[in-house]
Amino acid sequence: MTALIALPVLLPILGAAITVIGSRSPTLQRMVGVVVLLAVSVIAVVLLVESDARGPLVAELGGWAAPVGISLVADRLSALLLLVSALVTLAVLVYAIDQRIADYGRGTVSTTFHPMYLMLSAGVSLAYLTGDLFTLFVAFEIMLTASYVLITRRTSAAKIRAGMTYVTVSLLSSLLFLTAIGLVYAATGTVNLADLAGRIELLPPGLVTVLGLMLLVVFGIKAAMVPLHFWLPDSYPTAPGPVAALFAGLLTKVGFYAMLRTQTLLFHREEPWTLLLVLSVATMLVGALGALAQNDVNRLLSFLLVSHIGFMLFGLAVFDAAGVSGAALYAAHHITVLATLFLVSGLITRRTGTVALDRMGGLARTAPGLAVLFAIPALTLAGVPPTAGFVAKLALLQAGVAAGPWTTAVAGVVIIASLLTLYALARVWVRVFWGEPKPALPDDDPDDEVVVGTAERTPVPMYSATAGLVAVSLAIAVFAGPLSAVTGRAGVDLLDREPYRTAVLGVGP
Amino acid sequence: MTGPTTINLAMAVTVGVLYTAGFYLLLQRSLMRVLIGVVVLGHGTNLLLQIAGGPPGRAPIVGTGNAEAITDPLPQALALTAVVITFALTTYLLALGYRSFVLVGHDEVQDDVEDRRIATQKMPSASLDDDQDHTDEDHTDEAATRQDPS
Repeated sequence: MTALIALPVLLPILGAAITVIGSRSPTLQRMVGVVVLLAVSVIAVVLLVESDARGPLVAELGGWAAPVGISLVADRLSALLLLVSALVTLAVLVYAIDQRIADYGRGTVSTTFHPMYLMLSAGVSLAYLTGDLFTLFVAFEIMLTASYVLITRRTSAAKIRAGMTYVTVSLLSSLLFLTAIGLVYAATGTVNLADLAGRIELLPPGLVTVLGLMLLVVFGIKAAMVPLHFWLPDSYPTAPGPVAALFAGLLTKVGFYAMLRTQTLLFHREEPWTLLLVLSVATMLVGALGALAQNDVNRLLSFLLVSHIGFMLFGLAVFDAAGVSGAALYAAHHITVLATLFLVSGLITRRTGTVALDRMGGLARTAPGLAVLFAIPALTLAGVPPTAGFVAKLALLQAGVAAGPWTTAVAGVVIIASLLTLYALARVWVRVFWGEPKPALPDDDPDDEVVVGTAERTPVPMYSATAGLVAVSLAIAVFAGPLSAVTGRAGVDLLDREPYRTAVLGVGP
Repeated sequence: MTGPTTINLAMAVTVGVLYTAGFYLLLQRSLMRVLIGVVVLGHGTNLLLQIAGGPPGRAPIVGTGNAEAITDPLPQALALTAVVITFALTTYLLALGYRSFVLVGHDEVQDDVEDRRIATQKMPSASLDDDQDHTDEDHTDEAATRQDPS
């Protein structure tokens, strides 16, 4: 069982190595990617079932016991997010493979795409599973370095600027993270999360506040929390469709997961966290209002992504079991729905040849299937009943109303932001799917890898992969009962902290 | 390992200077300076990790002395990992700067075209039913912004 915990990290790294060695064989590369991610999904299911039944599972790397060695921990929260992430990564990979086959033929394959894609997946898994602050840093670096390559691969002059913003900002946040780790180690003498949970409480309150805020800023940058979000709407829209979908689905949520884990485990509070409440309101409103101003469909989705990070921050800011479990459920739903919307946007762009909303129209008549694929995740993101978004949002609202007058007020902002989301997506709907059909525009940037304006050559598997993700998000709605029960137990565990500490350190407090 | 440790003032000041210089350089427009900023900041961070281990002592080899006299090996391991990572990323950023130089002719960070286009929009086109054809106007705006370097 303990070996199983390491596999979601090891398998993708092994797969990445195989895809580098077998770079001459496109079929091998594609097979390895799909098989590895399928295996990771299956392992994630096992981990989720086992950790739900028996409490957090721990693997001690190299046989060294917890405070000295590095431990991997799979509890309900990390196993659930690992499962959702693995499914999304798999669907996006299928989409990317078929896009490549359609545009460039079966015989060619990019030398960097598959290895980097699998390395990114390994980094994401390690970030979810690690029980050690420094390994969390390494996980972020694996994930981000792979993402730097994916976002700047075959860039044109117009797009390299966005890649630079992304790389520089991410590097800065990583260096700040390293600084925070140095300070945490100087103050406590350990980087093991479970060990830190006990030691940080013994420090002077001022020092605890500084360390807590530093980690908030670090993960705030990675999760695109306003006012640290500016890099995201700049860089994501320039990435090719599947890469943007992967980033939008996973990277910010890994940042939020790290924030959730460190803040609940290390910096325990009894009251709602006022600072984070304010930041969550700002994130929700700035993101939603920013989305209304956009004409580029990918930028619009990026702003909505930022806005909905605020919903999760709200759940954490409430800082009780209900709020934290609502945030966990929201993260699981958000990973699927954002990845789906970016994939659909990729399909729309292939058909229209442009990302500008005012140059599209009439797709409901020419591509009714695409309209359905857009409508379901759009309604899910806006939180219209009975979708998964509604279930997750309801959990957050209930937590907010139960926690006091101020959090109730913020719950009102959640509703406003949801309505603004619906309005922004309705604009997309009206402009893209209604009106007179317009002819497809030619590819304005033939140098880059993205081929657009070629509706005839969109293969069915690209639609199926997107439809698969829509099905996952519908499944979250259908199994909302058992899922919210799992996240509910995860929330109680996160705030209780004892199951985690006992599992890692082997003894009680 | 735990408990209050006093640190060398000279080291603390050095870390402070490295952070200041690093952040200052990061805010520049030339990618080369940003790169040097990242390098300097990385040095500051690695030095900080070293200081976090407490005062220097004997080499941490098992059986060479009592545990009190040896230095803490963990921050050195952490710093070593961090050095490798910063080194790799510096190389990558250097390659990116070179690519920018090849493609654009200089390594200045460009303005965001879409942001500026939205900022200079005369009418916010936020209403649901307006899909008028201000397409051409938008297009020329964009082209104009792209040429305007200021």
